[in-house]
Amino acid sequence: MDTTPRAVTRLIEEFHRLPGIGPKTAQRLTFYLLRAPKEQAQALSEALAHLKERITTCAICANIAEENPCAICRDDGRDRSIVCIVEEPLDVLAIERTREYHGLYHVLHGAISPVEGIGPDDLKVDELLQRIKHNPGIMELVLATNPNVEGEATAMYLERLIKPLGIRMTRLARGLPMGGDLEYADEITLTRALEGRREV
Amino acid sequence: MARERLYRLEAIVLKRSDIGEADRLLTLLTPARGKLRVIAKGARKPSSRKSGHVELFTRIALLLAQGKQLDIITQADTLDTRQTLRANLDRIGYAYYLAELVDQFAAEENENLALFELLDHALTWLGDAATNPILLARFFELHLLTHVGYRPQLFVCENCGKPVEPIENYFSITTGGVLDPNCVATQREHIEGRARDAQTLSLNALKALRYLQTRSWDTVRAVRLSAATHAEIETLLYRYIAHHLERNLKSVEFLRELRQPSVMAERESR
Ligand SMILES: [Zn+2]
Ligand SMILES: [Zn+2]
Repeated sequence: MDTTPRAVTRLIEEFHRLPGIGPKTAQRLTFYLLRAPKEQAQALSEALAHLKERITTCAICANIAEENPCAICRDDGRDRSIVCIVEEPLDVLAIERTREYHGLYHVLHGAISPVEGIGPDDLKVDELLQRIKHNPGIMELVLATNPNVEGEATAMYLERLIKPLGIRMTRLARGLPMGGDLEYADEITLTRALEGRREV
Repeated sequence: MARERLYRLEAIVLKRSDIGEADRLLTLLTPARGKLRVIAKGARKPSSRKSGHVELFTRIALLLAQGKQLDIITQADTLDTRQTLRANLDRIGYAYYLAELVDQFAAEENENLALFELLDHALTWLGDAATNPILLARFFELHLLTHVGYRPQLFVCENCGKPVEPIENYFSITTGGVLDPNCVATQREHIEGRARDAQTLSLNALKALRYLQTRSWDTVRAVRLSAATHAEIETLLYRYIAHHLERNLKSVEFLRELRQPSVMAERESR
């Protein structure tokens, strides 16, 4: 008979459900917390609770944020004439890490992949069009979707949709390794890709 | 069949989705095992060289390790990158359609060399600027239906078995083929519900369907169909496919949007 307390097995199970955490790591984390000071366990549980309670979606750029509009959209120091279009919130983090980009963002929350059931209507495309329409100050869109078939199809689709509106559109330079995801690109590669972006 | 712990396989990538921290779940079409789902570890990291950047629609040679549930890619080499296909949004749209059809119709653990070759060739032809992708889509639908056991009957009446006359006939989605006017007229109420969904099929559309179903692409590729005939067979095949899948295809919606500039314009003006 298993004599492990239910509270312990439950936490092990929850850790195990997270990406990249196997059963051994789940056990190690649980027993670490069991021995750790009470304050540390409480801080973790508060952080988890706040994650779902306090996170919202920015009505302007669709990025996840604590406030609406998000800190980037509210920042007066940022260049409002340029908007970088990315697939996921993690891509914003990757580009912010370069410290080379000072414009705004638009998060699509995915890429076109009909075989997985994702079409343009399932992405924040209409929101992007509305945003462009209501902000005549936007002069350039940087297409920073992933360098793979889905990302390229999404970029070409947006190009076809928005180019007739007369806005300058650029695509990240080819320096990014094909097939990988933007969020995993290192800062130097990403900086080069931003600097060398080309007209589409 | 006992499998080695490590084994080699050739495949075409139908679908990819992210799982875990940096892994991808791939749905493949293989000659010997039909549809197959495998894991590519770390495939989303640009630095991951070992498992390769397994891209959508490419033909790849894999070394796989048997896993507990799904097998894992240990090495991947791309045999055909489909480079010309990838540069064109409309052709990517059609490639998505072919992949979605195969994903929906192909069975797992079911040898189907003919289906593999059909998809492989069709993706190659799609990358050729001289190919009419709309005609290829109709050719592909008919040949795919044959290879997965849903071949529509176009030569004899599904009710009486007599050869179909070169006149206007009927097509019944639920019956799976042509019904002649005589059977539809005299026995509409008697043929166990079969003729109830029968719709007229023009002689031109019947000829086009038969031609596409029985000839090779080398012969078919030069065919020019009138807009009316094409529209008729496109609608018929779409209804036939949706009937068998019991669902609509997402890639068809996307293709419609790409094909009609008005839809794009409407989106803009919204
Ligand atoms: Zn924002
Ligand atoms: Zn008959």
